[in-house]
Amino acid sequence: MSDAFASSSTARTNEPPLLEVEDLQTSFIVGEGQDVRAVDGVSFVVKGGETLAIVGESGSGKSVTSLSIMRLLPKKIGRISRGTIRLRGKDLVSLPEGEMRAIRGNDIGMIFQEPMTSLNPVHTIGTQIAEVVMQHSKLGKKAAHQRAIEMLELVGIPEPVRRASQYPHEMSGGMRQRAMIAMALSCEPSVLIADEPTTALDVTIQAQILDLMRNLQAKMGMAIVFITHDLGVVAEMADRVVVMYAGQVVETGTVAEIFTKPLMPYTSGLMQSIPRMGEYEEKTRLQTIPGYVPLLTKLPGGCRFRTRCAFAEERCAAAEPPLEVLDSGRSVRCVRWRELDLKTKATA
Amino acid sequence: MTETSIPSRPAPSDALLDVRHLKKYFPIRGGVLSRVVTNVKAVDDVSFSIRRGEVVGLVGESGSGKTTVGRTILRLGEPTSGTIDFDGADISKLSKPAMRRYRKRMQIVFQDPYASLNPREKIRTVLGHALAVHNIGTSADREDRIVAMLEQVGLSGDYLDRFPHEFSGGQRQRIGIARALAVEPDFIVADEPVSALDVSIQAQVVNLLEDLKDKFSLTMLFIAHDLAVVEHISDRVIVMYLGRIMEIAPTRTLYRNPNHPYTKALLSAVPNPDITARKDRIILKGDIPSPINPPSGCVFRTRCPMAIADCAKIVPVPVEVSPGHFSACIRTAPQPSYGQLAAQDMP
Repeated sequence: MSDAFASSSTARTNEPPLLEVEDLQTSFIVGEGQDVRAVDGVSFVVKGGETLAIVGESGSGKSVTSLSIMRLLPKKIGRISRGTIRLRGKDLVSLPEGEMRAIRGNDIGMIFQEPMTSLNPVHTIGTQIAEVVMQHSKLGKKAAHQRAIEMLELVGIPEPVRRASQYPHEMSGGMRQRAMIAMALSCEPSVLIADEPTTALDVTIQAQILDLMRNLQAKMGMAIVFITHDLGVVAEMADRVVVMYAGQVVETGTVAEIFTKPLMPYTSGLMQSIPRMGEYEEKTRLQTIPGYVPLLTKLPGGCRFRTRCAFAEERCAAAEPPLEVLDSGRSVRCVRWRELDLKTKATA
Repeated sequence: MTETSIPSRPAPSDALLDVRHLKKYFPIRGGVLSRVVTNVKAVDDVSFSIRRGEVVGLVGESGSGKTTVGRTILRLGEPTSGTIDFDGADISKLSKPAMRRYRKRMQIVFQDPYASLNPREKIRTVLGHALAVHNIGTSADREDRIVAMLEQVGLSGDYLDRFPHEFSGGQRQRIGIARALAVEPDFIVADEPVSALDVSIQAQVVNLLEDLKDKFSLTMLFIAHDLAVVEHISDRVIVMYLGRIMEIAPTRTLYRNPNHPYTKALLSAVPNPDITARKDRIILKGDIPSPINPPSGCVFRTRCPMAIADCAKIVPVPVEVSPGHFSACIRTAPQPSYGQLAAQDMP
């Protein structure tokens, strides 16, 4: 099994962190030579064996961040324009495509929201997993196919031998996501990037997949970067949380810190705007964040959240607040965080 | 409580909508002669009613038939059998022209406001159509009405000459709501109206729907898969699974004291944003069966942790387990007389 836990004690051993994203900037061409920075100066560290959730709404840059790590940006229009992404100290941004291909699947696996778009419709599930296995190991065809069947069994697919000979369209959404996970984990990567892996699934199937991911993590020890918009999923899955807004990290912390004591008004706004089950004695109004997420081409000057922020002052418009790193290791991008006492629930 | 297993319907003046034994089957054809080989029983013997001014939530997963229920009661699809009483009259068999005067009173808000707005039409035209079709107002005062409606949903009258693509998802949903409300309906089916929206925007639209409901004394069927949103907005909730109703209850009863094993599993599966909450979860095994070939007896039995042999034989009927709280399960809501009952009336 993997030695992913080895790097979790970086402070003591001086080993580089498992995955380290530093000052990442990813730009897209949006016509007439105009660049838009979908990800703008994003930094975070993923430790071995942990689950890091990246949470944000549409346009926050969370998916582009994951595609940047995998170097899977759309070729002609998207590029990493600044920053580094290091896997155990090795920079991935400058890596030749051939070497990067070896890292994908082998060291970093990825699963997506809609497995149908990432599975090949004309090959059986077994063949597709076996192919990944053969690409990244010395196993022959027969052994690779056997490995595929083992993986299908591991992810809880009943009758794995029969299922291995099926095509993606013959499977339900939940089964396809299991197959996708089997493929992503077939080479025992040390990092699994999961981009909204349960968003398209029914809630009882989502519960199965989240449970599966937790069990597989306990068994195989990989770190999970869990990208989602669902704060409920974050609360259940994450050890640490990165909150993104309009292409930037606005707050980071442990799941307990983020959910009990958010420091950035956007985080607390999100917390208050989600309806919570079984918590209402009387009908209460949901708290809202007024307005809309700004377009990346029309960002307000200063703090990007200030136009929607209940606590905005003049100085918020003066300059873009830096991401301040606190002694505890948390970080926050807000000039007023020290003076604010933010809530997590609307019912207070 | 189970003595009252045949509950009286609400007084006719109370119920705006009363649906009895509604079935909607979609034929599957095959062979060279395209004969009907089998039916997908999308909605199979569903009865419920909605009182005036009430918001009833309808929840269920894929294949539960919740969207088909919404569309069928608006006659956007022909019911296979059953009755749909709207304001005292059965509209289930009305001809298209006869249906027209009801259309004005029954409107729908869709999930994806972009797919339901014509991309080539300015907002003025989109909303103007709705008024013209139903002969509301003179062409002169229609514009005033449209502007007033836009303002009701929190948009500015300056937006009249914009196209749908110039709006964000939340704004487009506001336009969809304005269109539905422009003809002054009594009854709204809201089919996953906030599912496509970001959380911060979702809260805005939920609040807007609640405000408009009060302001225009609307009656609403709120269809959604998000159980927290449904709890927030609904007075009562219906839980469906594979075309059938599993449970109906006042909202707080359903969320605090669910009776049906499916409802229990469904509620426990929702990821909880409270990190201090208990996390003993019922994880159902297996997939939702295909509605083409649903299990015999109780449709939920193949995934039910409480299933016994009888569950394969008996189609459970909804039984009242506490006032206004109905559950269709032979284990948790003992049937008045095993197997002999036809589906009984439900509120």
